[in-house]
Amino acid sequence: MRIRFLRERTPAHALPSISSGLLIAALALASLAGGAEAAVSVYDVPNDGGDALRVSWAGELADTAAVLIERLADGETEWKQVATLGGGAGEYVDSGLERGRTYMYRVSAVGTAGSRGAVGAGSGAPHASWFNSERLNQFMIFALYFLAVIICIRLAARGWTFYVRRIAGLKAIEEAIGRATEMGRPVLYVPGIDDMNNIQTIASMVILNDVARIAATYETPMIVPVCRPFVVPVAEEAVQQGYLNAGRPELYKPDTVRYLSDVQFAFTAGVSGIMLREKTAANLYLGSFFAESLVLAETGFSTGAIQVAGTANIHQLPFFVAACDYALIGEELYAASAYLSNEPMLVGTLKASDIAKIFIIAVVLAGVIAQTAGWDAFAEWFSPR
Amino acid sequence: MKTEVPVAIAFIAGMLMIVSLFSPHPIFAEPAAVMRNWAIIITAFAYVLGVANIARISAGTVRTRGRDWHYKIVLLASLGVMLGIGLSGGIQAGSPFDWGYINVMVPMQATMFSLLAFFIASAAYRAFRARSVEATLLLVTAVIVMLGRVPVGEGLWNGLPAFTEWIMEVPNMAAKRGIMIGAALGAISTGLKMILGLERSYLGSDK
Repeated sequence: MRIRFLRERTPAHALPSISSGLLIAALALASLAGGAEAAVSVYDVPNDGGDALRVSWAGELADTAAVLIERLADGETEWKQVATLGGGAGEYVDSGLERGRTYMYRVSAVGTAGSRGAVGAGSGAPHASWFNSERLNQFMIFALYFLAVIICIRLAARGWTFYVRRIAGLKAIEEAIGRATEMGRPVLYVPGIDDMNNIQTIASMVILNDVARIAATYETPMIVPVCRPFVVPVAEEAVQQGYLNAGRPELYKPDTVRYLSDVQFAFTAGVSGIMLREKTAANLYLGSFFAESLVLAETGFSTGAIQVAGTANIHQLPFFVAACDYALIGEELYAASAYLSNEPMLVGTLKASDIAKIFIIAVVLAGVIAQTAGWDAFAEWFSPR
Repeated sequence: MKTEVPVAIAFIAGMLMIVSLFSPHPIFAEPAAVMRNWAIIITAFAYVLGVANIARISAGTVRTRGRDWHYKIVLLASLGVMLGIGLSGGIQAGSPFDWGYINVMVPMQATMFSLLAFFIASAAYRAFRARSVEATLLLVTAVIVMLGRVPVGEGLWNGLPAFTEWIMEVPNMAAKRGIMIGAALGAISTGLKMILGLERSYLGSDK
């Protein structure tokens, strides 16, 4: 659509009171040009879903009290005022628009005495972007990592064996369940207090499956207190599957998974009560924990249970390290399923993480050198946007 | 079929979420937003499952006169009373439900939270016993940081607060970031395993 200039005449009686030289100059230039298409530009906002336009006008309108932005959408007949900006404004982003529809904008300057004059007008239509170029850095890193995962999985499928270092905390899980078996007491498994949309809870459900398998093999009862109702069916399925994998489905009890409360400290009180009443011999805290971590771990310690904890919530790690016998730190929680199952394809993903770590170390070193040499562009490219 | 269909749904939903992170086009963004809303709605309905679970287990314990069955009566009665007054009188400020929450639930939560102070003391006592080189290092660092954060530390040596800040901002931050990077990679790796269907033990089996 052709850009059309709409000029609004300043009332004659108001002219003497206009003190803005630049405003008059802008109006004069607009009149001289007979259109002044260059005065107001309307651009599609990049990297969005096609619901915004950027309206900008050349030069700062000094001595102008306010700038009025009006909009006329294709198919409408009346101008609608969409914004009133300060006199120093040079652009305006209008959002909430209809994708593909043409919008015309009229920019007017209001002088300090209240008089009004048109600066210019322009039109444009918002379009959706297929790719957010501001996230190119994230996309490239993600794509490289995805590629590394695929390559490692393919290699594992072809029979490559990958070395996985010994993770003491994961080895200790089986020992803890064995100890509970010897003492004839149940195993407590707490999958954190977050919902299923937290990746730590998902990782915890995978570990729960293996823990249930081991517990079923040893014929040791389990108690799985749950803080979020959505986790209940997933935990029940994981435990049942674990018993099935051990060949002992008849040992599964429906009250193994117990929903307590989604209130943080009500749940904490409930779990502490279970520890003290049931005298659980092995307490496993694997998932996303917050302020309740130390209350649980210390209560468990007071009962003499062997305790294994794991979380990626960095502020809770010191508490678990201090109060538990073993702690899975950050990534070790996510490595647990591959480690416990020893499934080659899953172990392959661990190797992809190692490759990514080597890449990150190289980038960090390169960044240090680049920053030291005064080349900021390298660090800026990796900055989140 | 019991696993293939959920894996296919997980793949489509997961890939859609990944693509919508990098493409703002409504073809991807709008279905992704709809699915996020679905997740909220499904989570809300899951409370029915939670209540059913707790009621079933507690009622079973009462019926069989299981261990601590009298506590289960208190639990079921509290659940029923709060549910009843919430449904009949609403949950707005000033309602009986709100009164019960403010005057019973909140103080009980505060009580549990306040126990943390004592647990921190007992855990710190055990953690700071200098039985190994690492524990000694932890003890010394902790003493420096604790002293550097109280006025008496500055009185002992005026450079102590700055040294404490250096410990927190340099070696401590380096370790934290290392753990965070590893955890982030692990989280992505776990997500990819789910999306690609490599990890499906949580789904159960076809049997």
